[in-house]
Amino acid sequence: MATGDKNLTGWADQDHVPGIKSELLELNMGPQHPATHGVLRLLLKTDGEIVYQVTPVIGYLHRCAEKIAEGVNYKQWVVYTDRFDYLAPVCCNHAYVTAVEKLLKPEVPERAEHLRIVTAELSRIASHLIALATFGLDMGAWTPLLYCFREREEILNLLERIAGGRMLYNYFVPGGVRYDVPDEQWIKDVLSFITMLETKKIKDYNDLLSYNKIFIERTADVGVIDAETAKAYACTGPVLRGSGVKFDCRRDDPYSVYHKFDFEIPVGMGEMGTVGDCWDRYMVRVREIEQSCRIIRQALDTLPEGPYQAIPLNKMVKVPAGAAYSRTESAKGEIGHYIISDGGQIAFRNKVRSPSFCNLQVVEKVGVGQMVSDLVALVGSLDIVLGEIDR
Amino acid sequence: MEILTAWLQGLPGFGGMSDQGLFITGAALMATLMFTVMALCAIVFTWMERKVAGFIQSRYGPMRTGRWHGWAQAVADMLKILGKEDIIPAEADKGLFVFAPLLVLLGSLLAWAAVPWAPGFSAANLDLGLFYIFAASSMVVMGILMAGWASNNKWALYGAARGAAQMVSYEIPLALATIPVIMHVGSLNTQDIVVAQQGGILNWFVLRDPFLFIAFWMYFIASIAETNRGPFDMPETESELVAGYHTEYTGMRFAFFFLAEYANLFLVSVIAVMVFLGGWWSPIPGLDFAPALTFVIKGVLMVFLNMWVRWTLPRVRVDQLMYLCWKVMIPVTLLCIVGSGVLMITSGALG
Repeated sequence: MATGDKNLTGWADQDHVPGIKSELLELNMGPQHPATHGVLRLLLKTDGEIVYQVTPVIGYLHRCAEKIAEGVNYKQWVVYTDRFDYLAPVCCNHAYVTAVEKLLKPEVPERAEHLRIVTAELSRIASHLIALATFGLDMGAWTPLLYCFREREEILNLLERIAGGRMLYNYFVPGGVRYDVPDEQWIKDVLSFITMLETKKIKDYNDLLSYNKIFIERTADVGVIDAETAKAYACTGPVLRGSGVKFDCRRDDPYSVYHKFDFEIPVGMGEMGTVGDCWDRYMVRVREIEQSCRIIRQALDTLPEGPYQAIPLNKMVKVPAGAAYSRTESAKGEIGHYIISDGGQIAFRNKVRSPSFCNLQVVEKVGVGQMVSDLVALVGSLDIVLGEIDR
Repeated sequence: MEILTAWLQGLPGFGGMSDQGLFITGAALMATLMFTVMALCAIVFTWMERKVAGFIQSRYGPMRTGRWHGWAQAVADMLKILGKEDIIPAEADKGLFVFAPLLVLLGSLLAWAAVPWAPGFSAANLDLGLFYIFAASSMVVMGILMAGWASNNKWALYGAARGAAQMVSYEIPLALATIPVIMHVGSLNTQDIVVAQQGGILNWFVLRDPFLFIAFWMYFIASIAETNRGPFDMPETESELVAGYHTEYTGMRFAFFFLAEYANLFLVSVIAVMVFLGGWWSPIPGLDFAPALTFVIKGVLMVFLNMWVRWTLPRVRVDQLMYLCWKVMIPVTLLCIVGSGVLMITSGALG
């Protein structure tokens, strides 16, 4: 039992009123439920409002993406990575191409790396905006949802101009990116959008939601994941950092050219309650948006001239035999790609470690002993994406 | 009612009618009028809610149906709802399931009888008017409990249990907050309460003394909870309980809940206007050309305030809701009663 001080097991099985047998209520939260962010199913055992047992049931969105990887070539599989975390697809692209490039060892042009980082960070901001929006919605606040989607729309427009797609971009290829910056105006637009976000919009979100008294009451001291639990369950990303652990692949295991840029790693500090509560996880995301803005500005200011592809688009990729594992920081946490190549055009095996999958498991421990409303807060603050959990 | 019967008597063909006949005709007319007003306000307020929500969320809301700002959207919605299939779940308690929405609607309809629209003009000029309104509107709780139980759905049961707990609790501060006013007026008659506030904005009860000012806000908060709207929409909580007590309802039965919600919203708003905000009196003395219009405009402003709160704040948790009611609002309203009474005695208002 997570809440060590309460003995939760005994209560419900006793007969509290003589002659009337009481038992726990089994409740199916999902797969079609507004608070489960997709098709997650939580099997609850509750006594009134108190949750005694939570069992996540997953697999409703399974699309055999890993098996498909054994049938399509390396460039073709990039589109499947888009569909893992469909809220931050560029970050997923990044994870995959990093793994392929570890085997392929092309000389990725600097310009391509910068463009990768700019788009990946834009994608991360978009994903975090959705996280804030839906978390607010879980807490019953409708208006932040619309505000966050308004800003996300801007990001989608910017990414559409560079990558062609609005939601699924298929922008990265092994060895570079698919398209160059469309024009100088794009860079200016990105910079002005970021300035607007930093100076005005984040303040708006904070005024409207983050420091709202009711919101704090609902999220502070709720769903506390302490650092040990977070590590034990292999939580990554904002969930781990919300628990006060300063770990970020971009800094601790740098890939691409992140080492060139100056940015901070926000961690949960327990400002409103305990370290690792829902408010901390939420706030880590707000602060990460600011840091992403910093990274984008630096990457665009130092954007080098030159080619943006090491391998021409129409050339097939043959990856030397061997195995490689890459890990990158996606919006949700650490994505790992393990690729085994037998020297051909198609991967022999491709295994993906998705952050949402690991982050979700912690519900089983932390969700116990809470109220149903707090469980909604907990699941919302984990910011899971089912496309990534089931793949 | 008296005005109406007098008016009927003057009409050709009604002159020879017996008193009883006149009363029945008048009552039927009044009931039709009240129901029409209620149905209309549900339609107008759904549209208004969308426009207000749109305004707050920096979007437009409905813009197409009926050309001008989508004014016909609510009408179209009602027509759509009428055309929906009426589903009663196989395992539901059929009798209760059918009866529950009617009871909810009835509860909010009945209360309208004592609302004072204009001088001398209310459907029933009861001496216990305010008491009657609270009594009638508390029938809604029963309907919600019934709906949740009869649906045979766990989420609906959760919603109903929360709703019952919430509404029963919040009726207490709601009624207590009006007691200082009743002490000032010395009557529960709704007409008397409004008449006592004649003479401009400073004579409205909300500004009479500081305790009444607090009591007004207590009433306002309790009224949000009483109508089950955000941030106190515990019985529905769409992000937790799917749709709460009306999860299993479709078509017209669902529309009844919907109608009742908006009728209730307007009801608590006009009670606030009647008790605290001077009823049909205009803020500047001597400008009372259209009392009923003034009354309705004030009511709509209160509804707007309600919507503003709903679309701005997150939802509180169910235990925090109860805490707020029993440990904050009830003591404060009791304090208002005592404080207002002491002020009355010291200022010699009691003679």
